[in-house]
Amino acid sequence: MLATMPEIQERRDVEFLRPQGVVAQLQGVSKTFGEVHALRSVEFSVRSGELLALLGPNGAGKTTAVKLFLGLARPTAGTVNVLGGNPVRAEVRTRIGAMLQVAKVPETLKVREHIDLFSSYYPRPLPQAEALAIAGLQEIKDRPFGELSGGQKQRVLFALALCGDPDILFLDEPTVGLDVEARRLLWEEIRKLIERGKTVLLTTHYLEEADALADRVAVINRGEIIAEGTPSEIKAKTCGRRIRCVSRLDMETLRAFPGVVEVRKDRDAYDIRVAEAEPVLRELLMRDSSVSGIEVVGAGLEEAFLALTQNGNGSSQPQTSGRQ
Amino acid sequence: MAAAATTVNTFAPALTRPFGKTLAIYGKEAKFEFLTRLRLRAFSLSTIGFPVMFYVLFGLVLNGKEAAVNGTHFATYLIATYGTFGVMGASLFGTAAGLASERGLGWLQVKRASPMPPFAYFAAKVVMSMVFSTAVVLALFALGITLGGVHLSASEALKLLGILIVGSLPFCAMGLAIGYFCGPTSATPIINLVYLPLSFCSGLWFPLMFLPKVLRDFAHLLPPYHLAQLALGVVGAGQHEPNWTHWEALIGFTLICLVVARIGFQRDEGKTYG
Repeated sequence: MLATMPEIQERRDVEFLRPQGVVAQLQGVSKTFGEVHALRSVEFSVRSGELLALLGPNGAGKTTAVKLFLGLARPTAGTVNVLGGNPVRAEVRTRIGAMLQVAKVPETLKVREHIDLFSSYYPRPLPQAEALAIAGLQEIKDRPFGELSGGQKQRVLFALALCGDPDILFLDEPTVGLDVEARRLLWEEIRKLIERGKTVLLTTHYLEEADALADRVAVINRGEIIAEGTPSEIKAKTCGRRIRCVSRLDMETLRAFPGVVEVRKDRDAYDIRVAEAEPVLRELLMRDSSVSGIEVVGAGLEEAFLALTQNGNGSSQPQTSGRQ
Repeated sequence: MAAAATTVNTFAPALTRPFGKTLAIYGKEAKFEFLTRLRLRAFSLSTIGFPVMFYVLFGLVLNGKEAAVNGTHFATYLIATYGTFGVMGASLFGTAAGLASERGLGWLQVKRASPMPPFAYFAAKVVMSMVFSTAVVLALFALGITLGGVHLSASEALKLLGILIVGSLPFCAMGLAIGYFCGPTSATPIINLVYLPLSFCSGLWFPLMFLPKVLRDFAHLLPPYHLAQLALGVVGAGQHEPNWTHWEALIGFTLICLVVARIGFQRDEGKTYG
């Protein structure tokens, strides 16, 4: 596929990356920090050539999962497997790229100097010009890191993750704090990696990001994977529709309708989450002849996400811990 | 998902990085560490500026060219002690401040996740500190010889430089220990709290003979005192103890610091991160 890169082609063919093969895996992994359970018996796999989004709110355990994959933390229980090995081993690390959340990067080094140094760690790095081009840094390669904008800084960290031409990239919240334009630019660059045959695991709390980029999404909350599938499967896992309307019926009556999951009052209108729209609409029109302003929309990933992560709300997950 | 377990790709050969390549990484790591610090004015100017300024004030301005301590020319005596002061500062700030900040603010994690040989990171900090130490000592030589009437033969100068650079290692080790136990903002004040009193009590600012006896005795417990005595030995102003006691003290101190730094390093492996 990548005719211009014979070296990569060769490695792919000879060694391992069969389509759909699992290249990174957490098996029954728990991680506790003192009293805090960051991860509880987590099982999930990243398959070769896919982009898996680990989606969850802040504090859900996303960063912990990435650190386990990178060998920066050790699991309290369970095993971590990357490319068939323990990620602590140097030979596994030479095939992994990582983008982590960093509060401060040495500011006096220039962009190309940072990339030069990180490239030197890898046995077969990309040519520097290519790494700069993929991350869109050619024009600022001679600027010190400290003088860059937030978006440019993220792109440098992204370039450090890819400059060694690794097979798998772990991107921890790559677009956090970026404006819309910078975020879309980085999305384009991440998509290019997938086109080059790389495997990517990225964490995000932006639903839009998971929806836009991911082949598969694993939803994580309070240290547990609560749903896994394609973005459309995730959406389908929760009630499908929302009805907005203005009605003189009271909330209790609406809640008692068959198929209604949740009713909220939004100014003068009701916002009703339902499994199927039609039976509820029929009931509504029959009981309230004055009902007006009816709108029916499909639930977005956002609703799905909220439903999945809120305790026992519209989800069949048995949630026993009532910690708020 | 359990079925997926069997499809994990087996991994091929162990990493064999040619020695030359490893050496090149060490070289690059040290070069960029040096450039990082050199361009950081707050570090490069103060590391060289403070010892030089103190030497000019106490060694050259306040004392005449002919002043002497126990028969040793004063400006020459102070080259040895301010040389010790200088390499100690370059080593402590060079290792501890960078390590504490990079460790606390996430940069070290990025490095650790990469295939960088872990030891290259520490070696780079030590080498960079040594380059700054050399610059401090050479600046003192230049000032002393041109303005202070200091006479050093080439072999004396080389020997003094060599002792001070090798003798900076204990303070690099101490810096690593501090860097592992201080936060990014507390490292610098804590280094100053250790560095300045230690220097004073070890007789680096004024010859020990000007200090009360209690402090003179206390000085024997302090690592900078032992390095200063070795340096003073080169210019003929050492005290009467044999050299090996000073080396022993410095080696012992280095080992203690390395053990402490190692505890910090291992503690970091299991540390809480978000």
